[in-house]
Amino acid sequence: MRLSRRTMFAGLGLAGVGLAGLAPALVYAEQFAGTYNPQAEEVADGIWMVRGADEPIAFANGGAIANTVIIATNDGTIVVDPGPSLSYGKAIRALAESVTGKPVIRVYITHLHPDHSFGAGAFDAGIVHALSATRHDLERDGEGFSDALFRVLADWMKGTTVVLPQGDVTAGKTVIGGRKLQLFALGGHSSGDLAILDEATGTLIGGDLVFHDRAPATPHANIDGWLSALDTLEGVPHKLVIPGHGPIDSGNVAIPQTRDWLSWLDSMLNEAVLSGMDMTEAGATEIPARFANIKVARYELQRSVSHFYPGLEAELLPMVGS
Amino acid sequence: MRLIKTILPSAASVLLAASPALAEGLPADPLGSPMWEYHAEKLFTGGPVVFDNRVKVILPVIAEDQHVVPVTVDARKLDGVKRIVVFADLNPIPVAIDYRPMDAAPFVATRIKLDQRTPVRAAVQLEDGSWHVAGDWIDAAGGGCSAPPLSRVRGDWADHLGEMRGAAWSDGNSTRLRFGFRHPMDTGLVENIPAYNIETVRVTDAEGREVASMDVYGSVAEDPAFTLVVDRDGPMEVAARDTSGLEFAGELSPASGKRLSSGQ
Ligand SMILES: [Zn+2]
Repeated sequence: MRLSRRTMFAGLGLAGVGLAGLAPALVYAEQFAGTYNPQAEEVADGIWMVRGADEPIAFANGGAIANTVIIATNDGTIVVDPGPSLSYGKAIRALAESVTGKPVIRVYITHLHPDHSFGAGAFDAGIVHALSATRHDLERDGEGFSDALFRVLADWMKGTTVVLPQGDVTAGKTVIGGRKLQLFALGGHSSGDLAILDEATGTLIGGDLVFHDRAPATPHANIDGWLSALDTLEGVPHKLVIPGHGPIDSGNVAIPQTRDWLSWLDSMLNEAVLSGMDMTEAGATEIPARFANIKVARYELQRSVSHFYPGLEAELLPMVGS
Repeated sequence: MRLIKTILPSAASVLLAASPALAEGLPADPLGSPMWEYHAEKLFTGGPVVFDNRVKVILPVIAEDQHVVPVTVDARKLDGVKRIVVFADLNPIPVAIDYRPMDAAPFVATRIKLDQRTPVRAAVQLEDGSWHVAGDWIDAAGGGCSAPPLSRVRGDWADHLGEMRGAAWSDGNSTRLRFGFRHPMDTGLVENIPAYNIETVRVTDAEGREVASMDVYGSVAEDPAFTLVVDRDGPMEVAARDTSGLEFAGELSPASGKRLSSGQ
């Protein structure tokens, strides 16, 4: 009956992490993964977007649910968020080098979540950069994420290990190969959320601070912090937004939509607690019609109930007895 | 996870030894659980067993945090309910609660721990002794029962032991009670931490008459929380007792819910 530290850690890690939305049905039969075939679409001069599936992490999509960004510079290629696994990271590296014709010289990880960060192993660890908060988050949760992803994605994860970013990003302007970038050290979706603006094209890479037509995931979220990060991003002049999940946004809708969802979620959860609803009842709350086109809305809503409800009850329900 | 491996084989051997007479009287399990007959033989004494979709077992689409999996059972379409047993076939501690709504609606919600993908069911016993069963599979990644509670890891569980929060919302006829206690709900399955859990919850009215009572097991989540609907108006006394004999109690008055709903 001895539990190894690893076993205990795995359980706890999952509690804190509430990992990434693991689709329940597909766990058992699948063992043999297919091959990733990521496609790059040029969305601005020298910037390509690789779309993730607007779904939960599942065997069928190999965990490739987050968007990846490729940026060409005079000195080499920048990759933002290399995806969920070693083999996806390798596929992204090959794709990036084929569209730009230059080797990858920098990888940015926007935040800890494994659908964004676990492809880092395909690159030299020295060129993988992130906010220091993200490195700390991955030190704490990386193994727990890994256990959970191996369980769901099986062979897709072959060879994937937790790679800690070596470079600490600091906020401010930087120039790589003639590309002027602004780096924003924000938080709210997680404890450290990196957003990047390419000045020449006005392309804002939002990471998971911005979702578009795909419901926001909240396992490490602080809603107030997230809303103020959105205010910051809205104040950054830009022409295009590449969200962490969902299609590109050239009409200034993704940031307001993310804010709208989070604000609605926050007030809905508060009202549910204050009216005595149970978690399953809160999870069954009607989703307003304006969110009808948002993918995986019910699924993320129920995950958010799990992330926030016990804490909200502890905060809002009065103490009774002695 | 290791736990399941050690416990299930012994359960399976019991399964093989189960009386064929009883197994023959049982309906086939629509969920195809390997443990259905084993649990059915132990739990369903005193009457026939049927699967009945008038029993609603409401689970989330995913066990996002397998330490805190919400389960709601609504059997208000059935008359004469005397017991509601909530259990998870493949949990090392299968039964979570055994609820007796004496002067209350056959409705209960709580949160449980899950150790792996498992059926979660409600078995509702009527006054005629018959059992009406429903449930569904829910996925869980492991560790819900065999990992220590977070307060044990933080080390602050004793500072808040037994603190009770809650409120009551009345519509004039019935009163919804939502309440919870700070308690580690140790399963006894984690090394060096013996079982220690709340084991009973009783609800009494202002005259001291028992309205509802519940046996509670170690598979209920840390800081256990419950929703009940009693067929009464007025303040209700809720009292819980744990396995070391400590009592935690408090009064829930309908004014409390009114205050919360109106945002005061
Ligand atoms: Zn994320």
